[in-house]
Amino acid sequence: MKRVYVNEEWCLGCHLCEYNCAFANSGESDMVKALKGKTLYPRIHVEGDEQITYAVSCRHCADPLCVRSCISGALHLEEGAVCISRDKCVGCLTCVLVCPYGAIAPGPDGAALKCELCLSNGRGEPACAAGCPNRAIVYEERGEESR
Amino acid sequence: MKKYVIIGGSIAGVSCVEGIRSIDPEGEITVITSEAHSNYGRPLISYYLEGKTDLVRMSWRGADFFERNGVTVLHEVSVTKLDPEGQKLTLSTGAALPYDEVCLCTGSYPFSPKFEGLEPVEKRFFFTTLADALALEKAVDRLTKVLIIGAGFIGLKCAEGLRDRAGSVTVCDLAKHAMSANLDADCAPILEKHLEANGLRLMLGDTVVRFEGQRAVMQSGKIVDFDVLVIAIGTRPNSALAAQAGAKVNRGILVDEAMRTSLPGVFAAGDCTESMDISAGEPGLLAVLPNASLQGRCAGVNMAGGSDTFRKGIKMNSIGFFGLHIMSAGTYTEPVYTEITEQGCKKLFARDGVLTGFILLGDVHRAGIYTSLIREKTPLDSIRFDEVKLDPSLLPFGRSYRAKKLGGAV
Ligand SMILES: Cc1cc2nc3c(=O)[nH]c(=O)nc-3n(C[C@H](O)[C@H](O)[C@H](O)COP(=O)(O)OP(=O)(O)OC[C@H]3O[C@@H](n4cnc5c(N)ncnc54)[C@H](O)[C@@H]3O)c2cc1C
Ligand code: SF4
Ligand code: SF4
Repeated sequence: MKRVYVNEEWCLGCHLCEYNCAFANSGESDMVKALKGKTLYPRIHVEGDEQITYAVSCRHCADPLCVRSCISGALHLEEGAVCISRDKCVGCLTCVLVCPYGAIAPGPDGAALKCELCLSNGRGEPACAAGCPNRAIVYEERGEESR
Repeated sequence: MKKYVIIGGSIAGVSCVEGIRSIDPEGEITVITSEAHSNYGRPLISYYLEGKTDLVRMSWRGADFFERNGVTVLHEVSVTKLDPEGQKLTLSTGAALPYDEVCLCTGSYPFSPKFEGLEPVEKRFFFTTLADALALEKAVDRLTKVLIIGAGFIGLKCAEGLRDRAGSVTVCDLAKHAMSANLDADCAPILEKHLEANGLRLMLGDTVVRFEGQRAVMQSGKIVDFDVLVIAIGTRPNSALAAQAGAKVNRGILVDEAMRTSLPGVFAAGDCTESMDISAGEPGLLAVLPNASLQGRCAGVNMAGGSDTFRKGIKMNSIGFFGLHIMSAGTYTEPVYTEITEQGCKKLFARDGVLTGFILLGDVHRAGIYTSLIREKTPLDSIRFDEVKLDPSLLPFGRSYRAKKLGGAV
């Protein structure tokens, strides 16, 4: 399955992926209108220190703890991608408790928000990868390693 | 074709179906449950009362789950006997049901001590099933005075669910603190203040000694008038069926890491079991939804001839009350980090160089990084724990960890 992969050697720490993510999932067609003056809730986060930066988003785990643990059944698998039916979510944050990468967080309404690979927002491919100026984020198929 | 029978149609039972079907698409699966409802998020019953979900959205794996998986479900039927030698079950209907592999996903039941004068109290409820929530919905209106015995998370969730529906909600508990099984004396007062600020009346360190009609006489001598009583003192594993059949049972049904009981062909998963708690180093009751789900799936895979293990079990719970998030995980050994403010608290516990537990109130951002340290028994000297302590992030895990997790399929 194609996933979002991050190469930290190439990450510039520019945070563009966060903006592109928030825009792609805003439902707006104008970036300024979508983002200006608003608190953003991107599903990808750049972290690091002065030397190292990298972006973290959902790994779409082969055996996702969040899907198994979700008390409402909002989190589910769609052909390998881990997706969320936000109307089912009750905001208990059990998913935040179990995700080993800290890749899921509540949105403004309290329901969980996570990367869904831009599969259902009309983008067709992850906006973070498409817009990364240094190709530090890529969307591709890599070997399904055993853990 | 193999004949699988699953006793209990809740989280562990549904996950067991998923486990079986991941290996065996054909075998005949029958699910038997004493409840009228199945496959719903049990913790959602309080959210239902609160109006944050409804009967359709509460379905855990979707309304067509059993049909999609070719499962026969018998609702409001109980298994009354398990005969492991004859490989058959006796049902409350009198019928006998043969099986090749069976899984006990019987969960837990609410228990109630004998209170003097309890029997005549007409409007009394437990709070563990959807039927309980539906009954409470009918019994409570804007004038109703509700008394809940038990300030554990079930009692408090019930209180939250009823606050806007009822005239008043009082919660009492013999323990000195709310959620005493999950929180300690440093963290609990923050929750208690928050609950009271949100309109609940708490009577801690005090409980009912007897009922006189619609009045509860408390240990302290106080009197609480009530219309509706909810008993939420605790739950116990439903292990009688297994015990009668000769399975090894301690507090719960004992299982190994493949979810096998001591009886051949008999598996068990979820709240009815007692299994290894790796943070405590000894078996315990790991009665929360994530474990029921993981164990159910593991059992199903093994029943169908696949191979799976459940070997990272810990207690872990995430719950919120009126916007305040609370997480607790693992075993509280030696405190290695404590941060307490007006709004929240954070406590981390470690022993023998590994994280064993934590409590978080308020800021719960990326808590899964801590949970993962416990579950993976990550040696704390292999990461920069001084940084992780303050702020859970992947930075202190080092480049090779990140390269593997962020650069590879996990
Ligand atoms: C109000 C409430 C809030 C909760 N909140 C949380 C939370 O926020 N997070 C969390 O992780 N967990 C929470 N829990 C706990 C969680 O619901 C359980 O851990 C989980 O439901 C366990 O699933 P299970 O399938 O093992 O058992 P159960 O859900 O208890 O289901 C067992 C089923 O088996 C049936 N059964 C039993 N005996 C028989 C028999 N002999 N024949 C036929 N059927 C039988 C029962 O009727 C029942 O339907 C909460 C529980 C409650 C009650
Ligand atoms: S949210 Fe976390 S646990 Fe769930 S699939 Fe993504 S990385 Fe895995
Ligand atoms: S916050 Fe929502 S998605 Fe996360 S576990 Fe709870 S119900 Fe599921």
